[in-house]
This record gives sequence, C-alpha cells and structure tokens, in this order.
Amino acid sequence: MTSLQTQEGGRRLDIRTRTAIYAALLLVAAFVVVPLVTTALGGFKTFNELRANPFGLPGDWQWQNYGDIIVSQRYWLQMWNSLVMALLTVVLTVTFSAMAAFVFAHVTFVGSRFLLNYFLLGLMFPAATGILPLFIRIRDLGLIDTYWGVVLPQVAFGLGMSILLCRNYFRNMPKELFDAAFVDGCGYIRFFWYVPLPLARPIIATVGIIAFVGSWNSYIIPLIMLNDERMFPWPLGVMIYQGEYATEWQLVLAFITLTILPTFIAFILAQRHVIAGLTAGAVK
Amino acid sequence: MTETMQQPALSAPQAAPWRISQRRIVAFRKKFWVLVLFLPPALLLFTTLVVLPMGEAAWYSFYRWNGYGLPTEWIGWRNYEQMFRHGAFQQALINNAWVIVASIGVQVPLALWLATMLVKKIAGAVVFRLLFFMPFILADVAAGLIWSFVYEGDYGLAGGIAKFLGVQAPFLLDDPNTAMSAVLAVIVWKYFGFHMMLFIAGLQAIDRDLLEAADIDGATRWQKFRYVTLPMLASTVRLSAFFAIVGSLQMFDMIMPLTGGGPANATQTMVTYLYNFGVARMQVGFGSAVGVVLFVICVVMAFGYKRIFMRND
Repeated sequence: MTSLQTQEGGRRLDIRTRTAIYAALLLVAAFVVVPLVTTALGGFKTFNELRANPFGLPGDWQWQNYGDIIVSQRYWLQMWNSLVMALLTVVLTVTFSAMAAFVFAHVTFVGSRFLLNYFLLGLMFPAATGILPLFIRIRDLGLIDTYWGVVLPQVAFGLGMSILLCRNYFRNMPKELFDAAFVDGCGYIRFFWYVPLPLARPIIATVGIIAFVGSWNSYIIPLIMLNDERMFPWPLGVMIYQGEYATEWQLVLAFITLTILPTFIAFILAQRHVIAGLTAGAVK
Repeated sequence: MTETMQQPALSAPQAAPWRISQRRIVAFRKKFWVLVLFLPPALLLFTTLVVLPMGEAAWYSFYRWNGYGLPTEWIGWRNYEQMFRHGAFQQALINNAWVIVASIGVQVPLALWLATMLVKKIAGAVVFRLLFFMPFILADVAAGLIWSFVYEGDYGLAGGIAKFLGVQAPFLLDDPNTAMSAVLAVIVWKYFGFHMMLFIAGLQAIDRDLLEAADIDGATRWQKFRYVTLPMLASTVRLSAFFAIVGSLQMFDMIMPLTGGGPANATQTMVTYLYNFGVARMQVGFGSAVGVVLFVICVVMAFGYKRIFMRND
C-alpha cells in the first residue's frame, strides 16, 4: 500500500483541510471549465439569446446551428486535410527518426557524435525563425498549396526531439541482443527490422503522439504554406470561419466546438497515453 | 560490439596504415549500407528545411527583397537598425519578457500548489488532474478563439458579468492598457495544467521516508514543504521555468485569434512581429532580420540557462 500513502505519511486529512482543498480545486476547475462549457452551450443559442444570456442553458435549443455545420462540406474537408497532414507527418517522423536513431545508438562511425549534435541543434529554435527562407524554398520546390509543403517542414522540425527520444530508448536495450544477432551473421538492417524496432513500440507510440498532436494543432506553417482554402487544416479553417461570421457568434461557437470535439474524444479515450506521451517528450 | 570493431580503418593503431585487416573491411561493408540508407532521409530534410533556411535568413537579412528573383539590393545593417528603433519591436521584446514573468510568477506557483493537493489521497484527484490538463491539449488557436468570446463585451462572458453587476461592459482586448494582461491570463489558463503534471511526476518521485522522518521530528506542514519537498523539486521547477521561456519565444498561435498583435501593437510578441511586419508584407529581408534576432535570443537563452541553472541535472 505504500504507493497509495499520502504526503502526510499515511494519516487521513482532517475535515477542515479537506474542505479547503476541495474549495480551491473547484475554484480552479471553474476557471478551466466555464469558458469551454459556455462555448459549447453558446452554439445552441440564438443570436439574441446569446446576447441576453451568455451563461446558463439555452432556453430553446438550436440544434440547427450544429446540424448545418456537421452536414457542410467545409467542416469535413478541413478535418480531412488536418487528418491527412497529421498522419503523413507521423509516418515520416517515426520512420526517419527511428532509422537515424538506430544508427546513432548502434553503429559507430567517424562523426557520429557531431551529426547527433547537429540534429539536436534543431531543438533550440522555433520554426518561426527561418520561416521566410523556408517559405521561399517550399515555393521554389513547387510545394505551395500541397500537403507536402506543410508536412515536410513539420517533419524536419520534429526530427531533433524524435531522434533524441528514440536514440535514448535504443541505447537502453540490453547489449546481449546485439551480440547474439551479430554472431548469427545478421546485417544491421535486417537486425533493425527484427529486433530493436518491434521492441521500441512504446517509444514509437510516444513519438507518434507528439508528432500527431503537433501537426493536428499546427498553425504557423500551414498559414504560410497554404493559400488555397480547400487545402486548409482546421486551425486555419476555423479562423476563416470566424472572419466570415464575425457577427454571428453562435455559429462561430458551434463551429469551434465541433472542430475541437475530435481532440477531446481522443484525449478521453487515450488519456493515459496522451499525458504520458506529451510529458515524456518534455522531460527527456 | 567491441572497441576494435567500432573504430574505422583510419585509426587502426596496430596494423600498418596501408594494410587494412580483413575483419575491418567486413565490418565496414556491413556498416556501409545501413549508413547510406538510414541517415540520409533525416539528414537531407533537416539540412534543407531547418539549417539552410536559418543560414539564408542571416544572408537575406542584409538585403531589401520582396522574395522574387535573387536578392540584389544590399542595405547592410539597415534592417536591424530599423527593427531596433521600431516601437512595436521594443514592445514585442517587453511582452515576451512579460510572458516569462507571468509564467514563472503565476503559473509555476499555481501549478505547484495544485500538484501538492492532487498527489494526496483524495477522492476525485484523477478527475481534477484530467480537467486541469485539458486546456493544454487544445490547439492554441482554439483557446484563443474561445477566449476572444469570453472577453467579448457585447455577447461574451465579460459582457454577461458586466450586465449582471450593472456596470459598463469592458472590452479588455481592445484597450492597449489591458490587452496584454488579458492575453497573459489565457496563457496561464492554457498551460498551468502541463506544469502541474510535471510537478505531480516530480512529487511522486520524492522519497517518502524523508517526509516521514520530518514528521517524526515534528516538522509543521509548511516546514516540510519548505525544507523537504521544495529542495527535492528544484530540478522540476527549473525544467518548468525552462518550458515557460521556450514557450514565450514561440508565442504566436494564441495571439493571432485574440488580438493579432494589436491594439496599437500592445500585444505583439517576437513571432507575431515577424509575421505582421515580415511575412504579411512580404519583406523577406526585414523578416529574416527579425528571425535572426529571435534565433540569437533562443540560442543564448538555451545555453545560458543550461549553464547557469541546470548544471546539476
């Protein structure tokens, strides 16, 4: 039971502290939840009701607000765009960084340390610093208004962190595995495929989650690389929508709610993995 | 693998330099394919899309250029001069500093306080943790839009509260004096849960025997926190502060839906400044100069912080 013991060395908290703690927690919870709930409920109101009664339940539930958006092509198109770009980003990030990390962890060659540090350089500055030359490069490659124009820079900027995470994981695998395989005359590549890669599933999941969430929420790179509205991922789409319907907040609120809904569902379903993944990326 | 296999042929100490042993050739051939196939994809992407653009930014920053053709109009340091003289840029630097101050001064203590409550064995702790972490998984853009509704004086929550109290509705985001504070509140709302999770992990790693020992010595709750918990958490606090700094230097997504950097440049940050004055006007030279300054600040921060505060971690 040690793991369940409290900070006070196992003593139960008295009623007064307990009440104080709950009061504080509820206060913070209200600060977190009220904006979210009013946004979701606001989407069910009419314009006039929103103005008269921003808090509280809608008097007359306007399912139409949500209904119109959910059958609109625009909503599904931007969700689709976000999904495709996120999946491409995940696949490329995981593949490239696992391969490079394997080399850094288990193949020794001249300049290995130098190259690793070169990749770690990417951890130090945000994508925004070189965004204009990056835009010109993507433009000259003819990738403006394509998925690749967004995906490739996202992958490139994710490589530093992903390689670091994967390499540390590969390095902590028992050395006996490698010796045994090499005695059997197994080449590096075949070995990589059959031994470390299957064992690395947890770290691949972590790297994948970080890449997916990053791409799903990404704003500045698509903003610069995409002009065509039909290519927009949801963060750009929702901004455009807000610009168009600026005076009809109830629609904007419904739209925001529907766009963030998938994130919440995914979070609730896989909370353990998401929290572990996102904090692991931070701590290591 | 043994040391002899690791060293490439060149540094062979025992064999004559012109005679490479058979074993080495085999080892090298084995390595050749994995090196040629596994490294280049990452290396190529990283070099062309991360490293080269940064170098090009340094180059372009000395030109006036609209991005078409080749940069030809060399103007020396004038982009930099213009930037440092620009009030909006100075404001952006100040605002970045404010984000760091608010993060370390408000967010970190709040997160630490909540974490100390939520590691205790109380009912609902898991639910509260999830709830507090929730804003963090939201996109910054969504958080910004939601709060632009909250702050809206006519239809939003601010308007509702004002009506309830019977006062004139405030338009916090439209007033240069209050806009930045309003933005800082959103930043705290969005990120305190993440820092809280870091602290919970840190608290769980503390050896319970230490706290029990303190209990036996008759330490008060505050003394235990001050002299046992806090010192044990020092590295987590530093990590948390480090994230606050990194986050501040990247702050962009959330500002755009809230204020776009306005009113009157009151809420510009480094990156919104780069976007508004470099990207949006397609002033490649000027924007690149801003990027270079941002880069230098990031590198100095990263090295400086590591050297000063994280020496022992």
